[in-house]
Amino acid sequence: MAMETAGSYILEVQGLEKRFGGLTAIGDLSFSVEKGVIFAVIGPNGAGKTTLFNMLTSVYTPTAGRIFFKGQDVTGMPPYRLARLGMGRTFQNLQIFMNMTVLENVMVGTHIKGRQGILAAALRLPYVLQEEKMLRKDAEAALEFCGMADLANRSAAGLPYGILKKLEIARALAAGPELLLMDEPAAGLNDSETLELSILISRIRDSGTTVVLVEHNMGLVMDISDRVLVLNYGRLLAEGVPKQVQTDPRVIEAYLGSD
Amino acid sequence: MKRLLGFYIFAVLVLGLGLLFPDDYYVTVVGTTVIQNIVLAVSLNLLMGNAGQISLGHAAFFGMGAYISAILTTRFGINPWAAMVVSAITVAVISYLISKPILRLKGHYLAMATLGVGIIIHIFMVQADSITGGPDGMSDIPGLSILGHAIEGDFAWYMLFALFMLFVVWAALNIVDSRAGRALAAVHGSEIAAQMVGIDTARVKTHIFVFSTVIASLVGSLFVHQQAFVSPESFSFFFSVELVTMVVLGGLASVFGSVFGAVILTLLPEFLLVFEDYEVLIYGAILMIIMIFLPDGLFVTMKRNILHWLQKRKGAENTEHPSPGMEG
Ligand SMILES: Nc1ncnc2c1ncn2[C@@H]1O[C@H](COP(=O)(O)OP(=O)(O)OP(=O)(O)O)[C@@H](O)[C@H]1O
Ligand SMILES: [Mg+2]
Repeated sequence: MAMETAGSYILEVQGLEKRFGGLTAIGDLSFSVEKGVIFAVIGPNGAGKTTLFNMLTSVYTPTAGRIFFKGQDVTGMPPYRLARLGMGRTFQNLQIFMNMTVLENVMVGTHIKGRQGILAAALRLPYVLQEEKMLRKDAEAALEFCGMADLANRSAAGLPYGILKKLEIARALAAGPELLLMDEPAAGLNDSETLELSILISRIRDSGTTVVLVEHNMGLVMDISDRVLVLNYGRLLAEGVPKQVQTDPRVIEAYLGSD
Repeated sequence: MKRLLGFYIFAVLVLGLGLLFPDDYYVTVVGTTVIQNIVLAVSLNLLMGNAGQISLGHAAFFGMGAYISAILTTRFGINPWAAMVVSAITVAVISYLISKPILRLKGHYLAMATLGVGIIIHIFMVQADSITGGPDGMSDIPGLSILGHAIEGDFAWYMLFALFMLFVVWAALNIVDSRAGRALAAVHGSEIAAQMVGIDTARVKTHIFVFSTVIASLVGSLFVHQQAFVSPESFSFFFSVELVTMVVLGGLASVFGSVFGAVILTLLPEFLLVFEDYEVLIYGAILMIIMIFLPDGLFVTMKRNILHWLQKRKGAENTEHPSPGMEG
């Protein structure tokens, strides 16, 4: 079933479920994400959005259901292998390496493009230098793309929240992901930062990376998303283009009403 | 190369000291112990400071290298250099096997598990009389020779240890500033974020654990040939704690911080005789004071303050004498 549609869908979720004891955080959830779109997942607090991301990235094991990435069943595949297949993620609660500079953070993002291990690095074999140069270039390109090239040598620890959120995006982009999962990238940003972010996310999509976006900022979501999925108590409430979803009475009732 | 400038200065200093004072007890005899501890602290720091995986059993791997070399050369008459390689490979295999279950643990649990491994290995050294010579240890361990020239005298040993230590420091500096080193720091910073950029965190931890224990094993082999004698006393839990203290005193994840910590804590007991009786107490106190008041370590904090001060001075000078072509 999944194989037939592998061509146009980069991500497919079938009958996904996650229970925490008696609580069903995600229940019987199925949807597909087309290649090259911005796909938003919205829902009230506690709807299960982050839990969904945690299953897509194998931080949690689903209690039922399957996940297909690029047509391949990746349910339970370790996160680092998903990353190597082309899946990237940013986090709701920042996961920046505070012990590094901005450039180093983004260079960590280029990890899958290199191959040197500890021994080769220790002996500084000739190819290591070559590789370091290449990784640095890719990291600088990602910083440039996010408009923060001037911050490259700053220590991450001293930077404001808005910049760190962008840094997470740059780090994820440095790997050249085909699919990027973004968990509330606009949370905590002011209006001008949010506007800048919406432009950045659109540019990410236009550069060929599919984006799955979890976001509470309705303006942002309705503005840039190609499709929107609404979760409520872990279940799919509605799915469609922004216009459709916005006017769906069940959505207005359950989501907008309760917020 | 600017990246290794500090290293070159350090190398000149270490080798220069040996060449200038070949007959000085403090330089060549105490100095060799200092150098040995630098190797141990720097290798432990890669695991503990960079990758964030504490080990309270590092001394045991140092001891394992020493004992395997001692046994192979005295009981089986194997060439010391070959024995050194066999020791290192054996330690690599053992620590690889141990790392699988142990490095899944975090924080206190990891500390307890490595403590346990260290104690078990130490007990084996004490109890397995027929293999290790028991509490009395083993003597008449042959020395080393290079191309037929026996390494004799304090100066020759100092130079051999120094060259090996410089190699280890150079390698550590290379690792820290590389894809592999960033992977270590990423594991330390956030395992989930590291995994999400494709880093196999379990593998990274295993590799650095094996790497650091093999370095400890190699310097253990050198140690045993230099001393011509070995006993379990040198590899107790307390020595592991001492090594941890060196790393913490210098500053986690700083190569020269560990060098600094090793120098200070090896020299202190030489000059402060009270140390003998209160050794454990003093190490405990140092650990606590540093962790509470200078969590980045003495060396790293000092370095930061000096750089800061220099920058401020430079900034002040620039405003006093504005010179064209110099930007603030
Ligand atoms: N590890 C866990 N153990 C137990 N319950 C959990 C766990 N993770 C999430 N939950 C529960 O699952 C539900 C969904 O949580 P989740 O974090 O996925 O919501 P969310 O949609 O991301 O919310 P928010 O918009 O606030 O980020 C919540 O009721 C939460 O308490
Ligand atoms: Mg969430």
